[in-house]
Amino acid sequence: MAQRDESLPAIGYRLSAPALEQTARRQTSLWGDAARRLRHDKAAVAGLAIIVVLILVAIFAPAIAPHSPTDQSFINKLKAPSRNYPLGTDEFGRDTLSRVVYGSRVALRVGLLPVVFALILGVAAGLAAGYYGGATDQFIMRLTDILLAFPWLLLAIGIVAILGPGINNVIIAVGIIYVPAFARIVRGSVLSIKEKEYVEAARAIGQPDLQIMTRHILSNAWAPIIVQATLSVGQAIIYAAGLSFIGLGTQPPAADWGVMLKSGHEFLRDSPWMGVFPGLAILVTVLAFNLFGDGLRDALDPRIR
Amino acid sequence: MTRYILRRLVLVVPTLIGILTAVFVLLQLIPGDPAIALAGEKATAQQIEKIREAYGLNRPMPVQYAYFVKSAVTLDFGRSLRTHQPVGKELRQFFGATIELSLAALIIALLVGIPLGVVAATRRNTALDYGSMIVALLGISMPVYWAGIVLIYLLSFRLGIFPIAGILDSGIKLRHITYGYVTDSILTGNWPALRSSLNHLLLPAFVLSTIPMAIVARMTRSSMLEVLGQDYLRTARAKGLRERLVVARHALKNALIPVVTVIGLQFGGLLSGAFLTETVFARPGVGRYVVTAIGARDYPVIQAVVLLIAILFVLINLAVDLIYAFLDPRIHYG
Repeated sequence: MAQRDESLPAIGYRLSAPALEQTARRQTSLWGDAARRLRHDKAAVAGLAIIVVLILVAIFAPAIAPHSPTDQSFINKLKAPSRNYPLGTDEFGRDTLSRVVYGSRVALRVGLLPVVFALILGVAAGLAAGYYGGATDQFIMRLTDILLAFPWLLLAIGIVAILGPGINNVIIAVGIIYVPAFARIVRGSVLSIKEKEYVEAARAIGQPDLQIMTRHILSNAWAPIIVQATLSVGQAIIYAAGLSFIGLGTQPPAADWGVMLKSGHEFLRDSPWMGVFPGLAILVTVLAFNLFGDGLRDALDPRIR
Repeated sequence: MTRYILRRLVLVVPTLIGILTAVFVLLQLIPGDPAIALAGEKATAQQIEKIREAYGLNRPMPVQYAYFVKSAVTLDFGRSLRTHQPVGKELRQFFGATIELSLAALIIALLVGIPLGVVAATRRNTALDYGSMIVALLGISMPVYWAGIVLIYLLSFRLGIFPIAGILDSGIKLRHITYGYVTDSILTGNWPALRSSLNHLLLPAFVLSTIPMAIVARMTRSSMLEVLGQDYLRTARAKGLRERLVVARHALKNALIPVVTVIGLQFGGLLSGAFLTETVFARPGVGRYVVTAIGARDYPVIQAVVLLIAILFVLINLAVDLIYAFLDPRIHYG
């Protein structure tokens, strides 16, 4: 097994029975090993904990938020943080805390859905390119080259210009940005895995291509894909909020951290809380996904430290 | 080596053709009729038809494509549909400012990121290592537009150290050559303008540098760690070389090879960040130029910006490949 832990003692006659038993028990699967390593990585555990809290906040937003995220109250507009409004209010008198809480729902959507979108398209493209090679490979790889030739924001702006602004189109736009990354990672793994004997064996007994690709190749290529996916979620949230910030993403009055930052920017001089807190929410969320993703990478590939 | 460069240059051509075609298709997909956008809502059918004729919008698709390719090859993008100014002239003004901002950010990123990575690697598992890597992680996780907002509030509004927005104090005259404001101030020997433009550049450049700085620091660290375990470093130490020299001359030089690649890959992100930074600091630049153009369906402008950026990107990748070949003589190019 390639992932063998060097610190494990070699199994030999000197080992006592309990030690032998322990060694045998510890030689589990790639995923089992990874999970054990991950549990000892404090930063990764902290990241995962924040992600879990974020998901809970998103689910129970109506119970957690002290006020409505969209109800306007002109007597309370632009109020500094106070007991009633812990994070202050915005130019329409809406509670910043409640909007940050509800904003987690949008953040999870714009973080997760583009990555799922890119994962499906990218994995399919990468599998086809790596497995079939030749002209298919050339075509798909040149296509990813072209996509990669554009700065992400320009690409996203272009796609949103075609599809129109709004959260669903932002999800598609950000998703397309990530397709090349997944396609390339998958292709790289496929190229090395398809030379393995078990793939040759599968082909020799006449298994159809699709089955070989999914059952034998893809099932052995998940590790780098999952790492890339986790690290992409955080980035996707930053991208989507960036699009909202320049007015192309989620449209007001929805509670979205990027939209809040945009109005926070306008009222920065006298009401800094409007922009500071939603940005802090983005920072903590992205940090959590990055911590967890880094930990996952170290756990799945112990050679890199 | 010459053969390698030539082959690499030839390979650029199909990529550029692909990009050209992609941009053309993309422009066709943007909903709305440019002729109507140009003529205005109240235009008569006759006026719209006249514009369609004048801009070749009524030609068959392949002919339009040929015109499109011709304008790209000759770098003649015609006039903006919105401002009626030559696109090339407008673009030069905005590009200079954006490139200057991006380069300044890149320089800051390297000046801070590389030492941060080296310190982290040589003091592995110490507080310094953890500290540097936490800083790097924060840099990657922080949206530039938020960093900009927070720093403007603290340093400009509260402490008054930096100007709040803009690119040059009003009232200062500057003759333009490159449209990079700091560069032009130096070239024309205009010291008040240099002071003012540097003052306006520093904060946005720092904000924009956070992500590449973090990535460079992380890359330098992991690359250094790999190099520090090599035999030739043990040899260098064994022959009595001082540790500083070992790190600087033997380790860092080799560790920087992957860092160069990473910098090349950062370019797209840097420009995207520059667009957002320009918005936060209200600086003139390509970002705001193209966002306005897309809103107005200003095809010549969109086309020119996208093509120029794509070409720039391809050339930067080429440069990175060549620098790579130069830095790493082990790579053999046939």
